[in-house]
Order: sequence, then structure tokens, then C-alpha cells
Amino acid sequence: MKKRLNTEIEKIAYNCRQATLLIEKKQEVELTNREKLELKIHLAGCYICRVYEEQSVLINSMMRTLFKGTSTDGIKLDDSYKQKLKKQIEDELDKK
Amino acid sequence: MDAEIIEHTTIHTLEPQKWVELYADYLYTYALSRLNDEETARDLVQDTFLSALEKTSSFRGDSTERTWLTAIIKYKIIDVYRKQSRGLTVKKADAFGDDENEFFDADLNHWKKEHWPAPFGVEQHDPLHNKEFMSTLQRCLTKLPPLWNSVFKMKHIDDEQTDEICKELRISAGNFWVIIHRAKVNLRSCLQKNWI
Repeated sequence: MKKRLNTEIEKIAYNCRQATLLIEKKQEVELTNREKLELKIHLAGCYICRVYEEQSVLINSMMRTLFKGTSTDGIKLDDSYKQKLKKQIEDELDKK
Repeated sequence: MDAEIIEHTTIHTLEPQKWVELYADYLYTYALSRLNDEETARDLVQDTFLSALEKTSSFRGDSTERTWLTAIIKYKIIDVYRKQSRGLTVKKADAFGDDENEFFDADLNHWKKEHWPAPFGVEQHDPLHNKEFMSTLQRCLTKLPPLWNSVFKMKHIDDEQTDEICKELRISAGNFWVIIHRAKVNLRSCLQKNWI
């Protein structure tokens, strides 16, 4: 038989979709009081979403490290392209 | 004259003859790190110089040449993000709309058992310095739809605020959280699949 959720609390307890959305939101902005309460109730009973939260935070700092740390030193446009650009700019300036 | 006054009267000027020498590599790197496509990045450097030349008269001299050029290329990058995401928001959004039901039960909204997040096993061992783990994430990132990717880039490279990103990509705040959520659920799942 299909399970039916009757009380509001029961719905929150089951709603991992909403809880994980709130976990994302929480890392950017302050949640409303209702959202905070919902998340608290949910996490208290849901081990899976607690794992998700920990990993979500970790992935954010990994992305920050990846995007910022990717070594950009020494990345250069090749010289022939630069020469072309230079020529183009000079031509445009001559037109003025 | 005291120093403060000199500071305030500094007017920056433009010297387009020196742009390539001074800023081409910088602008190229700036674009490349945000777009991951060498050809597009190159084209944008060119576009930036050309449109900068067209609007030299609007340069008021209150910022440096470099800041001014960076603002121009930044705008062009966002334009690329928008173009990349247009197809997604109109057409494929529906396809991705159902995507979440892959992870969550459609009625009760809890995780489907086959998608339960499991510990990666590296959490306690300085994962940020784990090269293999980091490159697994990097591979997973390249599989994301462009819009999701650009949202992450704006968020994490430029530390942009949510409302700013929404304005630039022309999406609503509600939509923004939905995108972040889907992107993250997918990304996390990819990491688990390819790591554990």
C-alpha cells in the first residue's frame, strides 16, 4: 500500500528534496525562520541528508580551490595572434 | 600641492597602441578560466579591443585602462553564458525538470535508495589536497550543462552575490536555487559514482 503522509511534520521529515535545496540556499543566504526550523527537524531524523550537507559544503570549497587555484600563470596568447591584434588596432586607429 | 589632491586629480588615459602588449595575456587568461574554450577566449580578447576602440570617448579616466577593459570582457563573457543557456532554459529545461525525480521519490520527496549519498571516504583526509579526488570533480563539472557551469563559475571565481548573478543571467531568484540545487545534486552524484 502506498504510504500517505498526514501531518506537516511527517511531510518535512520525508522531504529530502526540500531539505537539500535548503542546504544549498543556506550556504548563500540567511534562511527564514520557518526554513531554519524545517531543516532542523529534517536533519535531526535524516542521516542521508546530513551526509549530503557535509559533502555539499566540501564540494563548494573544492570548486573554489579548483577555479581559483587552476594555475593561470604562464597562460599566453600566441605571438602570431597578438601581432594580428596589434595590426588590427593600428588599422582602426589610422581610420580615426 | 599635497598628495591627496594629486591622487584625486589622477586621470587615466588610454593608449591603445600598448594594449596588446600590456593586457592581451591577462584578458585571455581571464576569459579562458571562465569559459574553458581557447578559441572563444581568443575571440573575446579581439572583440574586447575592438569594441573598446569604438567607445574610447566614453572612457572617463576614473578607472585604469585595465579595469575598464576587464569590465568590457566580463560583459562579453556573460553574454556567452547567456547564449549558451538560452537553448537550455527554453527547450531542455523540461527535460532537466524531470531530472530530479531520478533522485527523489515523486510523491514523498525522499531520496531514492539507489541515489543515497554515501560517504566519499576522503572527508577526514584533507580532500582539497587529494589530486585524484579533485580531478574527478573537475571531470564531473565538464559534464554539467553550460548554464549550471556558468553559475558555479560566477559564484566561485568572482564570489558574486546571488542577486547579481540572477540579474546578469536574467533568471529569477527562485529559478536560481532550483538550478543550484539540481546542479549540485547531479555533481555530487557524479563524484560518488566515479570515486567510490
